[in-house]
Amino acid sequence: MNPLVFNIDFMGKRKIAGTISIVLIVCSLGVLLVQGLNLGLDFTGGTLVEVEFVEPIAPADIRELLDSAGFEHGIVQYFGTERDLLIRMPPQSSVEQARLGDELVSTLRQQYPEVVLRQSNYIGPAVGEELTTDAGLALIAALAVIMLYILFRFTKQFSVGAVAALAHDVILTLGIFAVFQWTFDLSVFAAVLAVIGYSLNDTIVVSDRIRENFRKIRKGTTIDIINKSLNQTLGRTLVTSMTTLFVLVALLVSGGETIRGFAAAMTIGVIVGTYSSIYIASNLLILLKIKREDLLVPEKENLDEAMP
Amino acid sequence: MAQPSGLAERLLGKPGARQRPPNTSSPARYILLLVVTVIGFIYAAPNLFQPDSALQISTITEIKGSSIIKPVDQALVDKVVNGLRSEGIIVLGAEIVDKSAIIRVDGDESQLRGRDIVSGLVNPTGEDGYVVALTRASTTPRWLEDIGGQPLSLGLDLSGGVHFLLQLDMQKYLGDRMLSNQEAIRDLFVEDRIRYIGRDWVDGMQMEIPFQSETARAAAAEVIEENFDDFEVRERDFDGQPGLRLTVLEAKVRELEDLAISQNLQSLRNRVNELGVSEPLVQRLGRSRILLDLPGMQDSARAKEIINKFANLEFRMVARPSERASQVERFLYEGAPVDLEKSVIVTGDQVSNALQEYDPQSGLPQVSINLDSDGGRHMNEVTKDRVGDSMAIIFKELKVRSRTVIEDGETRIEPYTVADNRVINVATVQSALGFRFRITGLELGEARDLALLLRAGALAAPMYIVEERTVGASLGEDNIAAGQQSILIGFSAVLLFMLVYYRWFGFAADLALSVNLILLVAIMSVLGATLTLPGLAGIVLTVGMAVDANVLIFSRIREEAVERPPQQAISIGFDRALLTILDANITTFFVAIILFSIGSGPVKGFAVTLAIGIVTSMFTAILGTRAIVNLMYGGRKLEKLAI
Repeated sequence: MNPLVFNIDFMGKRKIAGTISIVLIVCSLGVLLVQGLNLGLDFTGGTLVEVEFVEPIAPADIRELLDSAGFEHGIVQYFGTERDLLIRMPPQSSVEQARLGDELVSTLRQQYPEVVLRQSNYIGPAVGEELTTDAGLALIAALAVIMLYILFRFTKQFSVGAVAALAHDVILTLGIFAVFQWTFDLSVFAAVLAVIGYSLNDTIVVSDRIRENFRKIRKGTTIDIINKSLNQTLGRTLVTSMTTLFVLVALLVSGGETIRGFAAAMTIGVIVGTYSSIYIASNLLILLKIKREDLLVPEKENLDEAMP
Repeated sequence: MAQPSGLAERLLGKPGARQRPPNTSSPARYILLLVVTVIGFIYAAPNLFQPDSALQISTITEIKGSSIIKPVDQALVDKVVNGLRSEGIIVLGAEIVDKSAIIRVDGDESQLRGRDIVSGLVNPTGEDGYVVALTRASTTPRWLEDIGGQPLSLGLDLSGGVHFLLQLDMQKYLGDRMLSNQEAIRDLFVEDRIRYIGRDWVDGMQMEIPFQSETARAAAAEVIEENFDDFEVRERDFDGQPGLRLTVLEAKVRELEDLAISQNLQSLRNRVNELGVSEPLVQRLGRSRILLDLPGMQDSARAKEIINKFANLEFRMVARPSERASQVERFLYEGAPVDLEKSVIVTGDQVSNALQEYDPQSGLPQVSINLDSDGGRHMNEVTKDRVGDSMAIIFKELKVRSRTVIEDGETRIEPYTVADNRVINVATVQSALGFRFRITGLELGEARDLALLLRAGALAAPMYIVEERTVGASLGEDNIAAGQQSILIGFSAVLLFMLVYYRWFGFAADLALSVNLILLVAIMSVLGATLTLPGLAGIVLTVGMAVDANVLIFSRIREEAVERPPQQAISIGFDRALLTILDANITTFFVAIILFSIGSGPVKGFAVTLAIGIVTSMFTAILGTRAIVNLMYGGRKLEKLAI
């Protein structure tokens, strides 16, 4: 097999790519503001029960049953198969909240004695709120630490570029979850953080090559050097994205219902992340006017650091 | 631009030592890698042994040095094994570990049937002091266990079970403390004839006490300083009257909270042991929360009943008609009012043991109670002068209710506790009571729960559930199967791709990746990490991403091979990729650490696997792949690289 050798004029289309990215980000933010995320139980609090029936069952029947038993405003939907139902209940005034799940199951058992409890979750309102705060903090802390590390290892242009690329990935992934109203729970949040890790990896590999080429190649404009670097790393970027996608598709297909949200978020993130490490970070380098002189001084120091 | 060989030398740091042919590693490096791989394989091995289904027989936790506890001994084990065999259940083995017996049987069905048989054998009355639990017994060979080998423990989402997060009602607990402090202070004032004003001084964690005169205030301040070290005492005037403001010290509040939590933990542990769960996890979380995991538990309603009972007993005398009204409290007993003395003889805390039994004459359930020495002495002192009077037992229960609160236009449900104090028994004192006596007239279930709660000890502060996750056994099994399958598919796809795309180099990477997976599992096992579903996802993802280091190296070698001889291309490819790999992995490692320190349960599980995965994949890619490639190509004359 021949090595992948590319010669694509990435930066020639940087204005188009930049415009597309900005439009997508604005759209995502718009959807997030207007429609919002379909937050899962982990964040909202409440009660959620998954039950398995022996035979296929219509959610409407169960909804009716629960209504007549006095449980109000519940959501009943299929979960994976036609025998699996997910029931989500807001707090009820008639039942103590921590026991709502037990009550639901015993109500179902009166009519369907063979129903199997797959899972039952209750999250108190305070816990959900705390989790939302913690999650937000984790996200900001992660971005801040990354920014500092890259500032220390590279230059401020790279630092801003990397964080912008990460923010881009997170916003687009969240945007897609908001558009389709997929449930955003704790595992999806973990996926978003994993996307940050992944996309960061990509961005650093590209940045590393840009830095190296700036030092090595004395001729050529900034755009030429970035183009060359992107082409040199493109093979690696594609191969890594592909192998990661292999595993993610395996998770999507056979990982089960519980892990689907995670796998979906990661898949979107990896695709978006691959794009952003090519266009977002490099685009910002050009916008922030990166120069060869910015990268010359630390050469010796870097080599010394790498000594085993 | 640095000369290639110079750069390589500087990176390797040993200019003088490079007398070996290009791309060969020292024997020491091969030995190191081999040793690490073998050790990794040994410590990952316990995960290959499927655990046996087993029954665990243990005694009820020893409480306050009680002597009634029967030990689990060989005679009991023999009796149980024979009993099981006579019912046609195949027993694979039996042993005594840490004071409890582990009986291995052949499969889940035997396990369930076996539990009922064993319960019937050792626990015929239901109150014989033994608990029978379902468990999984490790089949790891002894020598592996002796060197610290253990399989990964499964999280609740994989094993099935119940998880609770419990919130202590500290406000209620501290409020009660303040009220009893108020009473104690008032008693001191009465004793010293200090003239105070009003009775209800408590306001949150403060008390504001007005006095008749300056002298009274001075005397009061002195008395309080002498008897309490909980307060910061300040002089203040209230409506023109001289007064004192007592504020509880922050350190004291913390101390009280710690006390409440540790007592609740202890009593929860005792209660949970009796639920028949083999490996419960009870631990403090933050300032006022307790985390409780019950693996294998399926009946969450039963668990809640036992956990959340905040009950205590009080023994008090029924007041004589001549008693002053201020010393009397009125209760209802069987529909009629009954006046009890306010002073308490003994509380449930002073109970050293309690057992549910049957009255030999009537055959009705009863609870026999043993008191500790203080309690017994006090009981005797009070009752010896009052033979013929009546004594009442009050069952004090705090129930958690929820109410809807509308605040700032937002509706939320808020839990609160209500006291439910019931007189459960009034009996004539037949003779002076001592350390041991009985409560009769209870229903069977009531008697059993009462005995359990008395044994387990009271909760210091009421708790309510703020989070519950119950995972059914079938979902747990599905999750494991799904996780294994996706690892298998994903991993095979990656291995195959690498082999096709990079050929012999791909083969080297595949070897390194496999070792990476083994090391990851080994480290997690040795650290005693819990494997959860997000953790499994983390492993899968690590496999996908661990390829990256190899890909970086190989694509660099490919590039270099265009303009350099093969051996040089290999050497430079590895060296150049090293810095990039370090930079990329260190930043991702930061992300993992942040995830771990801020995230909760599932996120933590993911972070741990991610962090360990980064370390092992760097080790295997930088050292492992290099060694294998060197072994294949090092020191040979190469015309062209198959990459």
